[in-house]
Amino acid sequence: MHESFVAAQARPPFWRDERVLRVLSQVLVLAVVFGLLYFFYSNMMRQLRETLGIPISFEFLRQTAGFDIGESLIEYSRADTYGRAFLVGLLNTLQVAVLGIVFATLLGIIIGVMRLSTNFLVGLVAAIYVEAFRNIPLLVLLIFWAQAVFLKLPRMKEAIIWPGPTYISNRGIATPWPVPAEGWPAYRLALVAGLILALVVAYLLREQGKRTGRMPLVTLWFLVTWIGAGVVGWFAVDLTVGTPLTLDRPVLEGFNTQGGRVFSQQFMALLSGLVIYTAAFIAEVVRAGIQSVSKGQREAAYSLGLTPFQTLRLVVFPQALRVIVPPLTSQYLNLTKNSSLAIAIGYPDLFAVAGNTILNQTGRAIEVFILVMAIYLFFSLTTSLFMNIYNRRIRLVER
Amino acid sequence: MASYVQTSQAETLAPPTERYTLLGWVYKHLLSPWYNLVLTLVGGLLLYAIFKPALTWAFTGARWAVIPANLNLLMRGQYPAEEAWRLWAVIFLLALAGGYNWGVWSKTVGPALITAFAIPWLLMLVPWFSWGTRLNLLIVEAVGLVGYALGRITPKQRSQWAVYAFLAYLLAMLLLLRGLQEGHPTLPMVPTRLWGGLLLSLLLAFFGIVFSFPLGVLLALGRTAERMPAIQTISVLYIEFIRGVPLISLLFMSQVMLQLFLPEDFPQIDHMLRALAAITLFSAAYTAENVRGGLQSIPKGQYEAAASVGLNGYQTMRLIILPQALRAVIPVLVGQFIGLFKDTSLVALVGLFDLLGIARVILANPDWLGTQREVYVFIAFLYWIFSYLMSYSSRRVEEALGVGKF
Repeated sequence: MHESFVAAQARPPFWRDERVLRVLSQVLVLAVVFGLLYFFYSNMMRQLRETLGIPISFEFLRQTAGFDIGESLIEYSRADTYGRAFLVGLLNTLQVAVLGIVFATLLGIIIGVMRLSTNFLVGLVAAIYVEAFRNIPLLVLLIFWAQAVFLKLPRMKEAIIWPGPTYISNRGIATPWPVPAEGWPAYRLALVAGLILALVVAYLLREQGKRTGRMPLVTLWFLVTWIGAGVVGWFAVDLTVGTPLTLDRPVLEGFNTQGGRVFSQQFMALLSGLVIYTAAFIAEVVRAGIQSVSKGQREAAYSLGLTPFQTLRLVVFPQALRVIVPPLTSQYLNLTKNSSLAIAIGYPDLFAVAGNTILNQTGRAIEVFILVMAIYLFFSLTTSLFMNIYNRRIRLVER
Repeated sequence: MASYVQTSQAETLAPPTERYTLLGWVYKHLLSPWYNLVLTLVGGLLLYAIFKPALTWAFTGARWAVIPANLNLLMRGQYPAEEAWRLWAVIFLLALAGGYNWGVWSKTVGPALITAFAIPWLLMLVPWFSWGTRLNLLIVEAVGLVGYALGRITPKQRSQWAVYAFLAYLLAMLLLLRGLQEGHPTLPMVPTRLWGGLLLSLLLAFFGIVFSFPLGVLLALGRTAERMPAIQTISVLYIEFIRGVPLISLLFMSQVMLQLFLPEDFPQIDHMLRALAAITLFSAAYTAENVRGGLQSIPKGQYEAAASVGLNGYQTMRLIILPQALRAVIPVLVGQFIGLFKDTSLVALVGLFDLLGIARVILANPDWLGTQREVYVFIAFLYWIFSYLMSYSSRRVEEALGVGKF
């Protein structure tokens, strides 16, 4: 009773009451935002209806595309539909993003560790690398790479030949590539069986470690088991069914090569540009992460009698990972989004196929942009979802 | 029983010396232990393998003639030569306003100031510049000095004049660059499609930063406003959407679709403004996330203290929270603005002639076939210089404001 009496006394006039103002300001912002959206939407619909005469529809995805795409991971010809062309671009983006992430991570870790080296020269090399590539636009780097490096490689006639044979020319890199043979289905089964076996071994080892207090190197044994199963399975399948994989070697025929796997000049330029650029940022992330583990942690580990390797594996690395993972996630996302710059060097990724060719042929700007943006958004949100889950697992558990 | 107490004077050791000698440094950092020697050799070989062909090419093989022949294009694009004095005027005013700001905010002469004043002299050494350019650089130096002197004699209570000077500079710059109207005797209009080269890149970056910063701060405040769920939801949706799509898709969209969103009788928005709109909207989302980091680092006690001395919400934000939050995120923001400057190169893909776009134009000229390396190395160097200067000056500002110290 008493409290409510005081509150009623203290209530300010409504135009200065924070609770009222809060509601009012929200209503105002909502009105402005929705008003703007409605304004844009109604203008767009009217222009589409009256001037252009094309309603929004995704029917065009079923029409015949009628254009060629330089490279594709799946069967594609100009008789296929726009929808399939979309898929080709999407797979090309995924390919370059996944490979780019793997290589950029490896290179970035190497450079980041090099930068912390006590050796002056090694540190210098890493510092030059990071400072040089962080401050140049990726697009300039990509175009430079494509036009001033890969296009200036020798022509096919004078191609550089590495053992294998691998032909390096201004058309790209043709290299031997394994293709499935008659033993492949059986070998695939063997690999799956090996994986299950390795998982069981890892589980048992972990349980044993929990029981005895001496944790073995679970990941190492997991890999040893799986690779061992793979090797044994290879010979078993080879002797009983037939060889699982044969090597398809490129052969020089006239002005081009036949067979093998050809990594086009555009693909190589895009991949190497993305890797070199992103690795400079990842190197800084890794360096910051390792430096964030205080020296006392290392000294404490040594004084407990841990070996340098154990210190790294059990003390430094888990703590550094906590600092590294969030910025590393955003670097991965940046790499994926940056792969859309492929349009500048002619690699048919999602954005080049959809935002350029399909858009120009069909004129369906709205539908194409909705699709393209939705796909990139999907990549970004799923990646950050998974990285957030991972991050939560390794996060410091506080009371 | 052995005694563990030392009874005699221990032998006095000489002070360690190897750290302070050159040979000792070389031994410690390059040669010892054995794997360090191996690393040194590998590192040296790597540097040699990269720099020897690069330097050989730069000093003997490269056709650098392409740069001085196209220097005007690279610097200002199609901006008419007879109006080039306006660009110099913009630079003079920048030196004046910049010098004034420096003089007002920092009363000590440090290495950064000396470096800043050495820049025009260093630029005068560039062999490709004409004597007229060098004279103009001399004027820049003089005007900068005047600005600095004025800043030094401005009393401390009048610090806000520095901000006014900067705002006045913005208006004067726009007026000078764009001009008044077609055929005006002194300031004829130069349409934005003629702007190009380094000028356009710097302008896009500059206005991108100026416009996206307030928008980003608003979005950050919106996202952290837990007691206003509607505003928070809108901010989150906007930020996550923009951060999830590549800038190039926004640029294409603004070129293709912006006009669709407006009434039919709306005048055509020119290409530069469309690109600027995309860059601003894109950058604001990233600014918002960075500023949010700063806002979250402010302890709750600061809000409570502000409320207890009777400040209202707006005053709390403006006087207590934002100054601290922004100061904490200066390094991140500068990193992001460097990214924005680099990202302006993407406008070349939507048909604008910024530094990269002009480079592509020059390379399409049959006279300069096969000079891709020279041209791209040069523009990469320009981008590098500006990015590096930004990160360098941010470190200075950080030290001056004492980020990380309370």
